[in-house]
Amino acid sequence: MPTVSVKRDLLFRALGRTYTDEEFDELCFEFGLELDEITSEKEIISKEQGDERAEGASDVILYKIDVPANRYDLLCLEGLVRGLQVFKERIKAPRYKRIKPNNGQIQRLIIMEETAEVRPYAVAAVLRNIKFSRARYDSFIELQEKLHQNICRRRALVAIGTHDLDTISGPFTYTAKPPSDIKFRALTQTKEHTACELMDLYKTDNHLKHFLHIIENKPLYPVIYDSNGVVLSMPPIINGDHSKITLKTRNVFIECTGTDLTKAKIVLDVIVTMFSEYCEKQFTVEAAEVIYPDGKSYTYPELAYRKEMVKADLINKQIGISETPANLAKLLTRMYLKSEVIGDGNQIEIEIPPTRADIIHACDIVEDAAIAYGYNNIQMTIPKTYTIANQLPLNKLTELLRHDLAAAGFTEALTFALCSQEDIADKLGMDISATKAVHIANPKTAEFQVARTTLLPGLLKTIAANRKMPLPLKLFEISDIVLKDSSRGSAFFPGRCAEVFVKGQSVGKLGVLHPDVITKFELTMPCSALEISVEPFL
Amino acid sequence: MADGPVAQLLLQRLEGGDGGLDSLELASALGLEHQVVVGAVKSLQALGEVIEAELRSTQRWELTPEGQETAQDGSHEARVFHSLPPEGLVQSELMKLPSGKVGFSKAMSNKWIRVDKNVPGGPRVFRAVDSVEDLVQAKLQLVQDGEAERLSEKERNELKKRKLLSEVTLKTYWVSKGSAFSTSISKQEAELSPEMISSGSWRDVKFKAYNFSAKGVIPEGGHLHPLMKVRTQFRQIFLEMGFTEMPTDNFIESSFWNFDALFQPQQHPARDQHDTFFLKDPAEALDFPMDYLQRVKLTHSQGGYGSQGYKYDWKLEEARKNLLRTHTTAASARALYRLAQQKPFSPAKYFSIDRVFRNETLDATHLAEFHQIEGVVADYGLTLGHLMGILKEFFTKLGITNVRFKPAYNPYTEPSMEIFSYHQGLKKWVEVGNSGVFRPEMLLPMGLPEGVSVIAWGLSLERPTMIKYGISNIRELVGHKVNLQMVYDSPLCRLDT
Repeated sequence: MPTVSVKRDLLFRALGRTYTDEEFDELCFEFGLELDEITSEKEIISKEQGDERAEGASDVILYKIDVPANRYDLLCLEGLVRGLQVFKERIKAPRYKRIKPNNGQIQRLIIMEETAEVRPYAVAAVLRNIKFSRARYDSFIELQEKLHQNICRRRALVAIGTHDLDTISGPFTYTAKPPSDIKFRALTQTKEHTACELMDLYKTDNHLKHFLHIIENKPLYPVIYDSNGVVLSMPPIINGDHSKITLKTRNVFIECTGTDLTKAKIVLDVIVTMFSEYCEKQFTVEAAEVIYPDGKSYTYPELAYRKEMVKADLINKQIGISETPANLAKLLTRMYLKSEVIGDGNQIEIEIPPTRADIIHACDIVEDAAIAYGYNNIQMTIPKTYTIANQLPLNKLTELLRHDLAAAGFTEALTFALCSQEDIADKLGMDISATKAVHIANPKTAEFQVARTTLLPGLLKTIAANRKMPLPLKLFEISDIVLKDSSRGSAFFPGRCAEVFVKGQSVGKLGVLHPDVITKFELTMPCSALEISVEPFL
Repeated sequence: MADGPVAQLLLQRLEGGDGGLDSLELASALGLEHQVVVGAVKSLQALGEVIEAELRSTQRWELTPEGQETAQDGSHEARVFHSLPPEGLVQSELMKLPSGKVGFSKAMSNKWIRVDKNVPGGPRVFRAVDSVEDLVQAKLQLVQDGEAERLSEKERNELKKRKLLSEVTLKTYWVSKGSAFSTSISKQEAELSPEMISSGSWRDVKFKAYNFSAKGVIPEGGHLHPLMKVRTQFRQIFLEMGFTEMPTDNFIESSFWNFDALFQPQQHPARDQHDTFFLKDPAEALDFPMDYLQRVKLTHSQGGYGSQGYKYDWKLEEARKNLLRTHTTAASARALYRLAQQKPFSPAKYFSIDRVFRNETLDATHLAEFHQIEGVVADYGLTLGHLMGILKEFFTKLGITNVRFKPAYNPYTEPSMEIFSYHQGLKKWVEVGNSGVFRPEMLLPMGLPEGVSVIAWGLSLERPTMIKYGISNIRELVGHKVNLQMVYDSPLCRLDT
């Protein structure tokens, strides 16, 4: 779940009132947010780097708020405030409008076919006559960062570039070139570098190094130029320094490139709906045109309003309430979904704004009605569903066996299903290829290399970790093992082991463990074991 | 005859003496361990007013093991001094001696030795005086001879600081005759025997009173693991509520059943290498119900069933990837798909409790493997109110009566609710589970009839177990490194008390 950090006092000023921490926590709970932490920059630095480093840092109170992973419209102060104010019916949800530029000169972004192999999609828009302040600017940057981390999947699906439009001139070209052919001054750099040099440079950059893999091994890197050959950005890694936005920037050109067009459109919509609040004509966004290699042209941002029709009955039935259609429409409107009763009086027409990309089905609308109604105001009832319970035969037998094994003096161990190759092979005197083990592709440590093929190593490791306990140690475990198909090796001492047959079927083995096995598990005492499969007894 | 010969001896001494005696003195007079005499005192005390025993504590100075060594072989500094030959010793060599480090600095501050840094072969240590008097050893020998009081308090504390001396508290008894004093105490029986019953002698013998402060003998036996005891209770609760157990005996699952079937998009972060264990061998699953898979693909990529879908390029390769299941909901998806194939539809209540795997960073509350508890109800006309009602009943059975619900987001449920319970100890609401109504985009492609809702909830098994058994680090509960004593000692599990 993404966490948004906002300055408490700024938040309260924007909400037009103050809250106690408890009151605000309660409001969050009701709305589906979580006030995760109350802290300050000073406290954060002091926690992470010690009191000395925190000296002089800001002690302005910060609220860290957990936001549901699909609510991209709540990832910044502007969106949170708008959502909460509409919820509390203090404002009406603003209507976002896409407009043509005054001079009729629409900004164009031309996509070249070279991008197809690396990052084929792009969308763009302009925020005209915007006014930044320090707080607004920080929030603008922070929102991009949050979007990059979440819906953009760490820039793999979508990367955002924002530019001071007055420093560049369109039309813009989105193309892909060999890295050695790309040369520009990247953000915060003092001189020009080729793309190869930049990739080297960023290998040690704690922030950027995580994104390099996205294009690193591609023959061509994506790059956006203006009509004078100025590099706007090399997505998804870095923007050019030339077009960087500052507090003085009045016109912002936004481009989002990616491998997922749907998400690129959502990301663009979120950024412009949030920050068009600070444009001279509030909540308007200047359109940009994107031309694809096939010559087709599209206008962005989409800022699409979609209408859905849902029956009031359905909402009531799925929640378990009985509100009038008019009331339901009112509840939905509080959730930023402008709704009205139409037709026969049972139909509700809901308008899904461009900020609510999470609404993809009527069930999403039902949930919002339930949230506005208040989950904790819903009458609890027990379903009338009549069913006869059955235990899973395997688990039923397991429970019986566990109790009798404990009654027979054995203690139950609970060991991991993942272990090292060594545990199930070398240490048991077997070759790994003979184990029919299932192998993990991405283990972080050797302890997670394979799924166990026998319970024995776990039990022996338990004994090894409990060598201080009085002897005898008598352990058992009944749990799953994983085999590609049936096979069993022998960890037993020759002449001191036997195969167990039940009604003519082999179910496992028992015997004294081989001294080599005992030694490899760092044990010194003789050890005997029985391992059988429970399934044949079902 | 009283209990045992020591008690008898004690009584005889008391009778002969005037006033009383000290348990420690008696022990040394009899040549016994003090604890044996204390045992006799306690057994006589248990008889009533035979003796009176007053507990006295005295402080005594004793040599530590290092102190004993020093008393015998001399202090470290003296040993360093004596180990120096007339031609001196290279400092690095000296430091290798057992007394080297401590002895060197002490001997330096006593000005017994000196270091010459300007010699070939590195700094060299020489004797600075002809002979030394090892006061530390002498003082310790005094203590050893029981004459610690001849040292000043300052001297004693210095030796204590050097960990050569320690102050011990000794508990002794001052024993005197009680109001019912007698040397001939009738023997008290500890056990009722078969002979007593057959002869009837139990009527005449005196029975020893129970000593309730004794620890008792733990009966030998096997023990069930606390996590499994809690699992048993959860199973019981579900069975009491009429829920049928789902098969969960497959740790390995395909991405299809683990994610795609649940309408979890292929770019979802949970499907990342950082969160999920994928398999290298066998890497891919091959067998799917293809017509169902086709419907899932369409729902993701284009929508349908009233949904906009996610509008992305759904790839079969991604769905084929084998993994260690990340949640038991994969098993629920399989169970619901089977249910959907039964015609006509009949309502179902399912549960499972089993192991799941996450490739996450490990800490005090997270392991790569843990257990999930899941409940599912499928029927026509189920509401959010029903889900809350059933959750209230479920949690009441766990002894949690104060619950409330918070809106939440899960990829495969809508509406979704987190369940919170008020924690008396922490004085705040804490999350105890997650729940919701499965999305139609998950249910309808399976073939479940329209109008059937499926409500579900889940929680981890480890968390309630850790709370119940007061364990704060999950590594002390699960895995081969746990202390078996914890398993031996864990009490039975009653969730509703």
